[in-house]
Amino acid sequence: MIGRVFAWLTDPANWQGSDGIAAQLGYHLLYTAIALAVALVIGFPLGVYIGHTGKGQTVLMGLANAARALPTLGLLILLVLLLAPVIKSNLAFTAPGLFVLVLLAIPPIISGTASGIGAIDRGTIDAARGMGCSEWRIILAVEIPCGVPLIFSGIRSGLLQIVSTATVAAYVSLNGLGRFILDGRATNNYPQIAGGAVLITVLAIGLELTFAGLQRLATSPGLLHQAA
Amino acid sequence: MSWSWIPRHLDDIWDLTLSHLWLTLLPTLIGLVIAVPLGTLAAYLPKVKQIIVGGFGMLYTIPSLALFVLLPGIIGTKILDPVNIVVALTIYTVALLVRVIADGLLSVPPVTLQAATGMGLGLRQRFFKVQLPLALPPLISGLRVVVVSNVSIVTVAATIGISQLGSLFTMGFTRRSFIPIVAGLGACLILALVLDLLIATIGRRLTPWVRAAG
Repeated sequence: MIGRVFAWLTDPANWQGSDGIAAQLGYHLLYTAIALAVALVIGFPLGVYIGHTGKGQTVLMGLANAARALPTLGLLILLVLLLAPVIKSNLAFTAPGLFVLVLLAIPPIISGTASGIGAIDRGTIDAARGMGCSEWRIILAVEIPCGVPLIFSGIRSGLLQIVSTATVAAYVSLNGLGRFILDGRATNNYPQIAGGAVLITVLAIGLELTFAGLQRLATSPGLLHQAA
Repeated sequence: MSWSWIPRHLDDIWDLTLSHLWLTLLPTLIGLVIAVPLGTLAAYLPKVKQIIVGGFGMLYTIPSLALFVLLPGIIGTKILDPVNIVVALTIYTVALLVRVIADGLLSVPPVTLQAATGMGLGLRQRFFKVQLPLALPPLISGLRVVVVSNVSIVTVAATIGISQLGSLFTMGFTRRSFIPIVAGLGACLILALVLDLLIATIGRRLTPWVRAAG
């Protein structure tokens, strides 16, 4: 069995073409990059605002919990059915899919950023204020750098959510590596199903490790020293 | 399809809810039973903690649909076997709870443990009567997060043909009707809410001192 999965993965014919592994991997990465970028643009400033001012914490917690309980598959299919008649092009499936990916990544990014900034010792912030820092300077030079570990853990769980949901989105005809699982399921081709699953696993773990590395690069050396 | 589809199919929805309940509750409970000893081990042995938390962290990274279809190749089940879902969710549950339990046990202040020893408790008694109970509040919150997210992850199994509330979503897609989807979303939210409240209530019963102190 493992031999047949390996054979599927290493057959050059499976990598080529408009629905080959290379193309679907590209789609998966493209959807992930777009969704994460949009979710960051919306979620990060909101998280900074909530963390800095302390306003809206309860609303945020409620939203994050509701988002966790909402089944992504149901949300995805519901939006496709509602939006497909409105959008008259082949974007009819892609747009709702991307929308759901963004929607799911926003709550972890907001709550990671807000709690990263909220958890900083008030004394540190007061010290910066006492030294004459403006509020903007406090946010940029103190709060965001000190909050990096939790900010990144929020971004990483948002990323995980996107990669995972982009896989499921193959069900509503979205491209991406999930295609191999669902198309293989339809034709009862287990090597293809498992091969697709292996690729998704490698992609997810690879992205996770990449972001763990980025986090280390983004953390100020002073903070790394303190933790050790 | 009209809204009357829902009242006419309450029996079917109820059956799907029961399957969904099993597929959620079973891995949550098995995961808890595995995570308590593993978390305890991790709390006392920092090297082991790195391996356990790191290893399960990697497994947690695997997207659910991929894990559902990889397991048959690893444990030799059929692809439609619900056991795959139970095993996958058990892995996710252990991954989340191990860290919570280890951190919870370590967060009990040393003076509290010294007081317990001073009152004549042996190591075993001190663990079961003092340290573990004091680690319960974070464990209960962790368990609530786990059960709610498990309700949601189970639905993904509908795409490969395992029947539970998620089947209402795929039915809605094939019939181009949002009525079963709305019914499925509603049933999932209610199930998640009920299980969350259940665990919160059990947790309050188990930790009466939390309210007394507050």
